Amino acid sequence: MSVIVFAEHNENIFKKSSFEAISYGKDLADKLNTNCVAVAIGCSDTNALSNLGKYGASKVLNATGNTLKVFEAAAFAKAFCEVAQSQSGNVVIISNTYNGKSLAPRVAARMNASIVSGIVAMADTTSGFSVKKSCFSNKAFTYVQMKEANKVLALVPNSYPAKESGSSVTPENVSVAVSDADIKTISKSISTVKGKVPLTEAEVVVSGGRGMKGPENWGMIEELAEWLGAATACSKPVADMDWRPHSEHVGQTGITIKPNLYMAIGISGAIQHLAGVGSSKVICVINKDPEAPFFKAADYGIVGDAFEVLPQLIERAKQLKA
Amino acid sequence: MKILVCISVVPDTTTKITFTDANSKFNTAGVQFIVNPYDELALTKALELTEQYGGTVTVINVGTDTEPVIRKALAIGATDAIRVNAEPKDAMFVAAQIAAQAKAGGFDLVFTGRESIDYNGGMVAGLVAEMLDWPLLNVVTKIEVNGNTVLATRDIDGGKEDLECQLPCVASAQKDLCEPRIPNMRGIMGARTKPLNVVEPFAGFDFADYHLYELPPAKQGVRLIDPANAGELIDLLHNEKKVI
Repeated sequence: MSVIVFAEHNENIFKKSSFEAISYGKDLADKLNTNCVAVAIGCSDTNALSNLGKYGASKVLNATGNTLKVFEAAAFAKAFCEVAQSQSGNVVIISNTYNGKSLAPRVAARMNASIVSGIVAMADTTSGFSVKKSCFSNKAFTYVQMKEANKVLALVPNSYPAKESGSSVTPENVSVAVSDADIKTISKSISTVKGKVPLTEAEVVVSGGRGMKGPENWGMIEELAEWLGAATACSKPVADMDWRPHSEHVGQTGITIKPNLYMAIGISGAIQHLAGVGSSKVICVINKDPEAPFFKAADYGIVGDAFEVLPQLIERAKQLKA
Repeated sequence: MKILVCISVVPDTTTKITFTDANSKFNTAGVQFIVNPYDELALTKALELTEQYGGTVTVINVGTDTEPVIRKALAIGATDAIRVNAEPKDAMFVAAQIAAQAKAGGFDLVFTGRESIDYNGGMVAGLVAEMLDWPLLNVVTKIEVNGNTVLATRDIDGGKEDLECQLPCVASAQKDLCEPRIPNMRGIMGARTKPLNVVEPFAGFDFADYHLYELPPAKQGVRLIDPANAGELIDLLHNEKKVI
């Protein structure tokens, strides 16, 4: 028995969510009196691999093969399960990133495992194996008893802290029996916005709504975000009016986020919007309408005109970071 | 092309969520149920694809009291429907039922929403794909079919990926894929007589129990900051909350 964590990297750079998943795996392994093994796929940076030990992996394995250069859910699931099986792994932790969301169910189906996704807290192993997950688009939580011996836990990014509790380990490369025939989808091209924090991984998010009056005023949102190292987001009406791309739309039918800080500027806070951002750790609301429902869900509020408040925030953020 | 669209029946997005029976059950009193919005996108896209290339769209739902919502999917334009007569216990159970029906019905494409807005798992598409050993196009904002080849664009962290696979395959719909279709009067009238086959589930896959619910803790109350001295907010976030 062991806890196996999928360590996801992008061009040899491991994601913060993978460190969180490893720390989760390590703490869970301690509860289960076993060890935590990190499994990467197709990584070619030995230092980056050995670094995974610092977050609690007692062993780091890297599946290698020509077919494992670009993420492909079916081939990666096969490779991952082969390595997991070699370690008698029966509890698998995968972060709920976009790739994780494709990999986790395939792994679960291969292992005939209980699967729960959207997990936000450490499993309770005192009676059976119970996990807490968000549901109803963050309006509630539910506790799920995972009944099979094999389990796949898909963990929400930014819900468990990455802790540097261990030390680096020497990674081992494992050659897996995955061939071209295992690749079911062919990647044609990948486009990512370089140098920008992806919304789902951002610790700070600055978000604008209709109160920003028009796309031409987004410079201020972007400037504040830049000074705070934040990602930018928007409300549904803003995306629907094409002021901002849909990829920035947070809310019930958009992206669900859980940053440490969510700053909502000119957003009234409809129930559907709150569903997507309500579990942010700290919420600040800037709105000129004192009756805006968002203030009820906020930690800090400023009742004022965004165009007067934002320049002050930018100025102070500048001083702070300077 | 035979397309199977998977429909979750979920509470309307404006629903206030409460629980009953010592927080062990979702309180359905007064709740309006709808077709899961992402599944509605999958359904609309499936209709567009069959209008372009010919074929049929069958909707499938795992549920017990879900006929009215299934009829709505038929009103939007699906050809027929299957209801698997069981409570949708968890993703694995639901996926196993769908995979069995997909195989038995000789479908070319299984289409789901990227997640349901009640349990937000987003796992069913991937589970079905693995159970059938089919390709998975997960969280797609674009999909085209060219003969047996499917081209799609999927969301990845911080960007997009264009990918390609062969039919049969499984796909899941993300916002931006299309505009959801609204049923017209003719569709609503016609939906009443479209075939809805009720099938019994096959046993097994009793892997998880959703046994307890809780609401998030209420906020302490908002602390208001003088708009004339808004910079204070940045100081508080830095010194007090330590989030920046």
